[in-house]
Amino acid sequence: MIPTPKVDWLALSPTLALLALSAVTLLGAVIVPRARVRAFSVVVSLLGFATSAVLAGIVFERSEEGTSLIAESMTRDRLGALAAVVIAVVGVAVVLLSAGDERRDHVGEYYALVAAAAAGMVFFVTAANLMTLFLALEWFSISLYVLCALDTHRKESLESGLKYLIVGSFGSGILLFGCALVYGATGELGFSAIQQATGADDPLFVTGMAMILAGLAFKISAAPFHMWTPDVYQGAPTGVTAFMAAATKVAGLVVTLRILVTAFPEQSEIWTTAVAVLAVASLAIGNLAAIAQRDVKRMLAYSSVSHAGFLLIAVVANTEDGATALLYYLVPYAAATVGLFAVVASRERELRRPVSLSALEGLGWERPFLGVAMWAFALSMAGFPLTGGFLGKLFVFSAAYDAGYWWLVVVGVVATALSLAYYLAIVRALYMRQSQVTGTVVAAGGSPPRDLLLNTGVGLALVVTIGSFFAVQPIVDLARDAAASLPF
Amino acid sequence: MLTTLLIFVPLVGALLVWIAPLSRESTAGLALLVALAEVGLWLGSTRNFDFGSDVQQYSASQEWFEELGISYAVGLYGFQFWLVGLTVVVGACAIGYGAWANRDRARAYFGLMLFLIGSLVGVFASQDLILFYVFFEAMLIPIYVLVGVWGGPGRMKATLTFVLYTMAGSLLMLAAIIAFGISQGTFLLAEIGTSSNDLIFLGFMAAFAVKAPLLPFHGWLRAAYTEAPPEVAALLSGVVSKAAVFGLVWIVLPHFPQPVDDWRNVVLALAAATLVYGSVLAFRQPDVRGVIAYSSMGQMGLIVLGIFAVNDLGLDGAVLHSINHGLVSAGLFFVAGMIETRTGTGVFSELGGMAKGRPILATLVMVLGIFALAVPGSANFAGEFAILAGVFEHGWGYAAVGAGAIVLAALYALRLISAVLHERRGRSVREEPDDLVGSELILVVPLVAILAVLSAWPAGISERSFPADAPAAFIGAQSGEGLGTP
Repeated sequence: MIPTPKVDWLALSPTLALLALSAVTLLGAVIVPRARVRAFSVVVSLLGFATSAVLAGIVFERSEEGTSLIAESMTRDRLGALAAVVIAVVGVAVVLLSAGDERRDHVGEYYALVAAAAAGMVFFVTAANLMTLFLALEWFSISLYVLCALDTHRKESLESGLKYLIVGSFGSGILLFGCALVYGATGELGFSAIQQATGADDPLFVTGMAMILAGLAFKISAAPFHMWTPDVYQGAPTGVTAFMAAATKVAGLVVTLRILVTAFPEQSEIWTTAVAVLAVASLAIGNLAAIAQRDVKRMLAYSSVSHAGFLLIAVVANTEDGATALLYYLVPYAAATVGLFAVVASRERELRRPVSLSALEGLGWERPFLGVAMWAFALSMAGFPLTGGFLGKLFVFSAAYDAGYWWLVVVGVVATALSLAYYLAIVRALYMRQSQVTGTVVAAGGSPPRDLLLNTGVGLALVVTIGSFFAVQPIVDLARDAAASLPF
Repeated sequence: MLTTLLIFVPLVGALLVWIAPLSRESTAGLALLVALAEVGLWLGSTRNFDFGSDVQQYSASQEWFEELGISYAVGLYGFQFWLVGLTVVVGACAIGYGAWANRDRARAYFGLMLFLIGSLVGVFASQDLILFYVFFEAMLIPIYVLVGVWGGPGRMKATLTFVLYTMAGSLLMLAAIIAFGISQGTFLLAEIGTSSNDLIFLGFMAAFAVKAPLLPFHGWLRAAYTEAPPEVAALLSGVVSKAAVFGLVWIVLPHFPQPVDDWRNVVLALAAATLVYGSVLAFRQPDVRGVIAYSSMGQMGLIVLGIFAVNDLGLDGAVLHSINHGLVSAGLFFVAGMIETRTGTGVFSELGGMAKGRPILATLVMVLGIFALAVPGSANFAGEFAILAGVFEHGWGYAAVGAGAIVLAALYALRLISAVLHERRGRSVREEPDDLVGSELILVVPLVAILAVLSAWPAGISERSFPADAPAAFIGAQSGEGLGTP
């Protein structure tokens, strides 16, 4: 009998559940009759993502002490588990918002790829050495490249897929090169082994670290590595955009935090400066560019760049408070992002054209629920009270101030002021302008059928966005537990 | 508990009004009912309110965000109690006005109005800096939409400037709150102690100087007060601006004794300049709302003058005058709205001669105008006199400027009265008399009645704003360090 290593199946279960989901939907695309593929995929996906979220929750519950698995290539800890929960719940919301879209081809493949990408991300956030890091990064990136280009009949979708592929591969290449340099300097792959290895003041090592950081910055679309973001977000199917904006950001930032804190704590003086520069650049470029946008998806792309900046401020703090703030911030951010894109998707289906700001005019009065929800999401993004976005910003700023970065707080506050210009432009369009499209919608045969699943998704996002304001302490407790698995 | 109720009755009412699928009339009725219940609640709380006690009344406290030491902490002292009273009374009248004006999209409209009232009560009752900021910002949301959707033709620009100014101020305050709270380890006003950091002080001042507004920060005022629906303008000038009064009295004075001392003459000079500038501009305005807007700015300058006198007289006067000004200015905006509905304009050159055949309107405008010019014997005179006497103790120059501005107030108030009521009948004024009717009177008469009571008994407020009628000592005791030099 061949001796087998002990495998911690529970720790792997969230990833495996999503992989199984991916396989089942892919099979369903072939076996299930064409007319029922959509219903089948949606039901299975909802179940699969929910299962994965529950399993990740169980892992969180049972991983008070972090342990490493499979030759120290993965970590089982609360940080990874919490991120997995968030990613899986984002997956549920994305399935809900995609369920009503008008895709005719590749229906099964769409859900299979979303599940595969989510599986990759859930694996990514538990990575504990450079090999698994790169493997997981490519795993979810390739799924996303295909997803972006899935609407083969739309030029923009193809363009989006191609751009993401080229720029994304470039980013992955830089990351891989950085991994090679770090390995060359230390002879180690594991994050904690790298930290203990000698030769850390080697310029080779520092260059490698910088390249790893740059590669991750591509994925979280932090400026100046954000060039792909607006085009890709605009062209990709809206459900995919929502998934990228919310889940990739969660995964990317959690991993950035993990690798910087576990592998490079000795170099913190160098990387805090570098991350601070990235944060300031993202805040400046993201906010200024977003003001000029008229296409809502494009505007939200730049807004996601600016949020990368806010989130990186929490990374700069390099404290447990900072990590907690980051994890808390991600919750209302992910909810509001998915919610915003869900409303955009609904409007797209209604008007059958890309949603510009003028396409939102009058939406608040025509569709009261979607209007109020979008209003709340925009205010959360802008950091207004009564939404989790406010407490997230407050928490991040407090952590940065506590760590001595008062000037980053000032930059963040100025950036918040700038961001109002475009978030309030959304509110203005929703409520304060006369609708130019009501006529055509009515003429086309009354209001479109209500998309119950999409509305459920929006409602879920709304509950999280507002709920994370009132019930802040329970979420922060979870975030605190997760942050405690990092060695600060 | 009662304070919590005062905050949440309108907020829950807002949700109810917004969700319930009622007709326009029933929605208005429901909103009015909630607003009146709120007034009743406040009146009921008068009975057991111990104005002499230096213990917070009706306080409630609940840990909310332990990580940062943020709590839901509310409670009332005398002056807060009066500010809340101003809010609920003017708020109920404003909702009544909205019902009378038959606003369209009633569910959204009344929901937002109730939301605004709830967050205003929250502002005046907060005992935690973050909670204060939450309500301070939350009230911007309904104002933004109320002006932007139901406002006049220039509403887009008005809302934009309003939001830009306000947010610039409040975000600076947010930075200051973070710096102050994190370095002290708590955001509870009762525990946070004092700071001598000039930058933090200025962060708070920025927000309140915009809100009041003080002189160089008033760019939003004219457009916002002109384009807003009259009842929203009434809330803006009458109540929202008092958030600055609360902030200055309850946050800035007790917790920044050293910077207050250092910057006192700068703030006093700005306040005096605001008073003169606002009054002069009010005299030069070509329309009713312009006069009320700039007079309101001038009066806020006077109130800040009283606050930064940092003595008993000045503070008592500032609180009393805040209430007076809130009532007068809200009443004037309501009447301005009624005039505008009748004539379609508020421009003086098109008005005039409205007294003929409209005795009730004429009496109301006259009475409100006389209160506005602070004729001796009126509550406003009592407030102004206390403020001027208070600031006189600090420097006679400020008192002299203030006294001069009272003359200016007489000028603009009389100009307003004569331009609307007297002179030849304007183009837009109809010949057949269209005097105010009962439903309109109900909205304004209560305000005038309260003013009349206060005129007879200003001590009703001024002696019941701070425990033991010793504001300076009481506020100084809050931080345990006392105030700067009186």
